[in-house]
Amino acid sequence: MCLGIPGLIVDWVDVEHHIAKAEVSGVRRNVNAALLVEGPDAVDVGDWVLIHVGFAMSKIDEDEARATSEFLAALGDPYEQELAELRKSRIE
Amino acid sequence: MKFVDEYRSGDVAAHVAEQIAALVEPRRRYKIMEVCGGHTHTIYKHGIEDLLPPEVELVHGPGCPVCVIPMGRQDDAIAIAERPGVIFTTFGDMLRVPASSGSLLDAKARGADVRMVYSPLDALRVARENPDREVVFFAIGFETTAPSTAVTLLRAREDRVRNFSVFANHVTIIPAIRAILGSPDLRLDGFIGPGHVSTVIGLKPYRWIARDHRKPVVVSGFEPLDILQSVYMILQQLAAGRSEVDNQYTRVVRPDGNPRALRAIAETMELRTTFEWRGLGFIAQSALKLRAEFADWDAEVRFDVPGIRVADPKACQCGEVLKGVIKPWECKVFGTACTPDRPIGTCMVSSEGACAAYYNFGRLTRRRNREPASV
Repeated sequence: MCLGIPGLIVDWVDVEHHIAKAEVSGVRRNVNAALLVEGPDAVDVGDWVLIHVGFAMSKIDEDEARATSEFLAALGDPYEQELAELRKSRIE
Repeated sequence: MKFVDEYRSGDVAAHVAEQIAALVEPRRRYKIMEVCGGHTHTIYKHGIEDLLPPEVELVHGPGCPVCVIPMGRQDDAIAIAERPGVIFTTFGDMLRVPASSGSLLDAKARGADVRMVYSPLDALRVARENPDREVVFFAIGFETTAPSTAVTLLRAREDRVRNFSVFANHVTIIPAIRAILGSPDLRLDGFIGPGHVSTVIGLKPYRWIARDHRKPVVVSGFEPLDILQSVYMILQQLAAGRSEVDNQYTRVVRPDGNPRALRAIAETMELRTTFEWRGLGFIAQSALKLRAEFADWDAEVRFDVPGIRVADPKACQCGEVLKGVIKPWECKVFGTACTPDRPIGTCMVSSEGACAAYYNFGRLTRRRNREPASV
């Protein structure tokens, strides 16, 4: 459950509450980016982030996102389960 | 970023393994604890121990949030879930954890409204959608997850969502490491520090381990090569007689962590005087509860919870596994009475649990053949 899943921020849904739309493995879901709004780690559309339980926790670069996705895909079940749970998520 | 690709290749793994072997001093044994269950998973999934010289042993630590919740708290969760009118929301990992009278899934089968959520914010949405029900979120996790609960609480207060509350079971990693270092059962040489916890807390909280206990700490990423490189960095320090806090996972972890996440935790939660950990017993100031200002959203204030301490099943040695005192396959019920399909202890439930990791990746036979039962 401590997995950080790479996602690409593609849009802002609710700027006031830092809710962004992120694309993860072909699926678009809302995530909360309130923890990444300061200094060099502030995120915007076009940035890659590691997502944990619906929150963007770390800003990463594209190469790191790609490599992490490959690593997670190789994990098999735990990653599939996490993605299945993410697909059901409807954060507001 | 070409370096990253090279760094991830098999050739480099072999090269790092050679460098590790070159640092090993004759007749010296090294015990390195990987604190985080995510690391444990990688180590067994990818057979990292096969690449290490026999003198270097990896010891699994307590960093599995599902594993460390004691049975009494799981009983409390079920007691809340079975109250009339309650919708009990939880991460999927907690559904199958055995309590005194079955798991949350068993409670659901008996009629309790137990729902799996991906995020605490999904639990808050369930509360908005069901204004006539009490929606409780079972909050577990180390500092990686606590900020998510904190931000959700701030949002619940801002939006005045009154039928939402949190059953807080967040734990903090540093007191657990302190307890392990104080235990006479185990002599350790260094620590592989948790990667995602450190994105929140940064590097400073580990300094006392290097300073007072003279043990290196290297915060590590989750890929096989991250872990190999972290082992190398620890052995380098030991060879040079140094003990420092180092960061192998610089591509994600900042030295100061995430100040905003720490502020969100501090605004909503405070340290409990003490908290019981499975296997480690009661550890002072090792867990978080909601601040008095958030009493309206605190499930422990809003509902009576039994709060009874329950001993672990006698056959289960999850506690010793969590302390690194025994290996999963040294437990009497491992792989026989206790399997991922029918777990007795939490270490067999979570994919981050050492027992589940051993079981799933077929290490049982190999380890028994290679290494007689000894610690």
